[in-house]
Amino acid sequence: MLLSEMKEGQTARIDTVGGNSVLRRRILEMGILKGTEIYIEKYAPLKDPLELIIKGCHISIRVEEAANITVDNVK
Amino acid sequence: MIHQKSFTIALAGNPNSGKTTTFNNITGTRQKVGNWPGVTVEKKEGSVNKFGYDLTIIDLPGTYSLTPFSIEEIIARNFVLEECPDVVIDIIDSSNLERSLYLATQLREIDCKVIFALNMADLAKSRGVKINAKKLSELLNVPVVFTIGNKNEGINNLLKEAIKLAESSSEIPQERKVRYNRDIENSISKLQNLIEQQIAEKLPYNTRWTTIKLLEDDKIVKKRILEKAGAKAEKIFQEALSQRLYLRDRFDDEPEIIMTDERYGFIAGIIKEVHTTSTKERIDISRNIDLVLTNRFIGFPIFFIFIWAMFQATFSFGAYPMDWIDTGVSFLSSTLAGLLPESLFKDLLLNGIIAGVGSVIIFLPNIMILFFFIAIFEDTGYMARAAFLMDKIMHLIGLHGKSFIPMLMGFGCNVPAIIAARTLESDKDRILTILITPFMSCSAKLPIYIVLAGTFFGVRAGTVIFSIYLVGIVLSILTGRLFRSTLLKGADAPFVMELPPYRAPMIKSLLIHMWDRSKMFLKKMGGIILIGSVVVWALSAFPRNIEYSFDYNGEIEKIKASYETEIKSGNVDNKILEKKKDADILEISRAQRAEQIEKSYMGRMGKTISPLFSPLGIDWRGGVALLTGFVAKEIVVSTMAVLHAAEEESDALKNALLSSTMTPLSALSMMIFVLLYLPCLATVAAIKRETGSFKWMFFSITYNTSIAWFAAFFVYQGGKLLGA
Repeated sequence: MLLSEMKEGQTARIDTVGGNSVLRRRILEMGILKGTEIYIEKYAPLKDPLELIIKGCHISIRVEEAANITVDNVK
Repeated sequence: MIHQKSFTIALAGNPNSGKTTTFNNITGTRQKVGNWPGVTVEKKEGSVNKFGYDLTIIDLPGTYSLTPFSIEEIIARNFVLEECPDVVIDIIDSSNLERSLYLATQLREIDCKVIFALNMADLAKSRGVKINAKKLSELLNVPVVFTIGNKNEGINNLLKEAIKLAESSSEIPQERKVRYNRDIENSISKLQNLIEQQIAEKLPYNTRWTTIKLLEDDKIVKKRILEKAGAKAEKIFQEALSQRLYLRDRFDDEPEIIMTDERYGFIAGIIKEVHTTSTKERIDISRNIDLVLTNRFIGFPIFFIFIWAMFQATFSFGAYPMDWIDTGVSFLSSTLAGLLPESLFKDLLLNGIIAGVGSVIIFLPNIMILFFFIAIFEDTGYMARAAFLMDKIMHLIGLHGKSFIPMLMGFGCNVPAIIAARTLESDKDRILTILITPFMSCSAKLPIYIVLAGTFFGVRAGTVIFSIYLVGIVLSILTGRLFRSTLLKGADAPFVMELPPYRAPMIKSLLIHMWDRSKMFLKKMGGIILIGSVVVWALSAFPRNIEYSFDYNGEIEKIKASYETEIKSGNVDNKILEKKKDADILEISRAQRAEQIEKSYMGRMGKTISPLFSPLGIDWRGGVALLTGFVAKEIVVSTMAVLHAAEEESDALKNALLSSTMTPLSALSMMIFVLLYLPCLATVAAIKRETGSFKWMFFSITYNTSIAWFAAFFVYQGGKLLGA
């Protein structure tokens, strides 16, 4: 499942991080790594970007960028 | 006196790690804020005398890594590499140890002396996070100190440790650095051997680090190798490429991604040993605040209330000190006018220098209030939320959510708006924002619309003015999209942004922030404005020996004489006569002033370029007014008044305009031109400052003015065709 398809309040585990090299590295460097638990805190009022909680950190990411990230174990 | 030793200490760390707070605590007000060379990222430097040492503290930009993608990262890395600070203090957010350690391991790889400050450990503790500092220190062979930046705890201890480290001469043992997997280590040693063979003299940086960077295809390091090794570099690059290809084949991924993973793997190992969390269910105040402030329904209304409050404060509270400054400047000017004898110098001083600089200083209260608010937004963490809310809309124009605030501020005054674009991290976003901000019609243009629309459109003036503003907004969107797909092409900076926890702002840091930026405004604007004002003054004051078409002085003498005789006769009340006399004289001297401007270089220029303006339905007077508007838009109305020999705030100007060749259509055309044409001198100076290049400044001037001309042309000629 893509991260961008998740709903508010769901948790999941990061599976792969795709996209171009710059974006991928940026995402990885922010601590969004394979196997990390994420929680979808909310979508912005206009449905883009979305806010994740990852290891206690709140991070916002655009939907189009989230579409490069696949997740599993969605709950 | 004892000779004092001096050390340079750099502060590195993630954004929101409390780095700036720590910096402010160490240096207090003894800090210098400038720009890093060639870019508009703020460079903060401070010096203190502690424990008998002179310490120079440099606040590096907050970054998550030293991968040279963003300007901040390049600056931070270059500083550590090129300037070789004696010690780098890495400020680590204790509640975010893993991510902080990513930067820390990169600093370790560079081979500089690092000391860790575990900051905000109290906060982390309350969240159930415990860090074994001793173990961490052992594992990485780095001194570790606990600090609480906002309470000023542990700072002295930190500095003591930093000095101790700076004095020591210990090499950093290799085994305490990141070890990669076998394949990567093989590639590293192969390439490293080749580099050592090829380049006899010492490399500028640590060889292992250089090798790793070559495997990551780091452009900056490649350039340095090329400078150092010349022709031999080719061979090294070829080997690096073949190792990269091998690794890509082996792992089915880019080597730099694998290495990022490996570093995190290394960090995960450390974390396991030093970090314990007892998952305490905590009440997260910050999250609760966000439930309201970024709420689906009330998030936007609250945002607009905040923005409205900021504007209200800036432009209505700001109006009082503005008045005081205005009074002060006119007082100075009138005092000097009384003291100095009539001379060219006096004219220059009063009408050139004081008037010009005064017109800029007057913005200072606005700017200070505005920057105070922006500092609050930034320090509390609300700025990131504003970007979160607005990003969708701004992304349509090809901009970042944070661009919204500068653009909105443009309606007040373009100068602080352009300076506020500093809050944008990506260079392209910043330049694009700066380029489209002048289309936001600033408050100084409003009087021009009021005069023109009020004169020619009567009751519909409000609607007309509103449409003018709308035209500006539409053009800024079109321009944004156009530039994003041409000049400033390239993907947007990824919008991966941290939403830091809300923090109560510290008044000290708010004031420091506000004052630093305002000072910059004063210092940098001052020079350019001064020169510009003098040039415009000279153009309108010269040549001195004008041959007037009419003997104004003679006429004035005649009037005086005729009134003189009447007053002596004593038939009418003297006071009424005196008043009448003054009014008559004023009218003559106004006519004289109008002719003087007409015949000055400025007037001649206006007449020379009037063929350019006539297709827009603007006569030479309008042209001259627009030219003088370059100094400040406020001047346009007063120049028109002078040229029509009418008083500014009266129906006289209105009547003069109505009886001139101007029509409602040409008034509309002129308003469109005013909306779009070249920004005022202060704005131009700000564009130069903030983009760091004359290229963008001239580009902005040319682009705006040509858009203005074409837009006004279409309005005027199109209107004529439609028979308006």
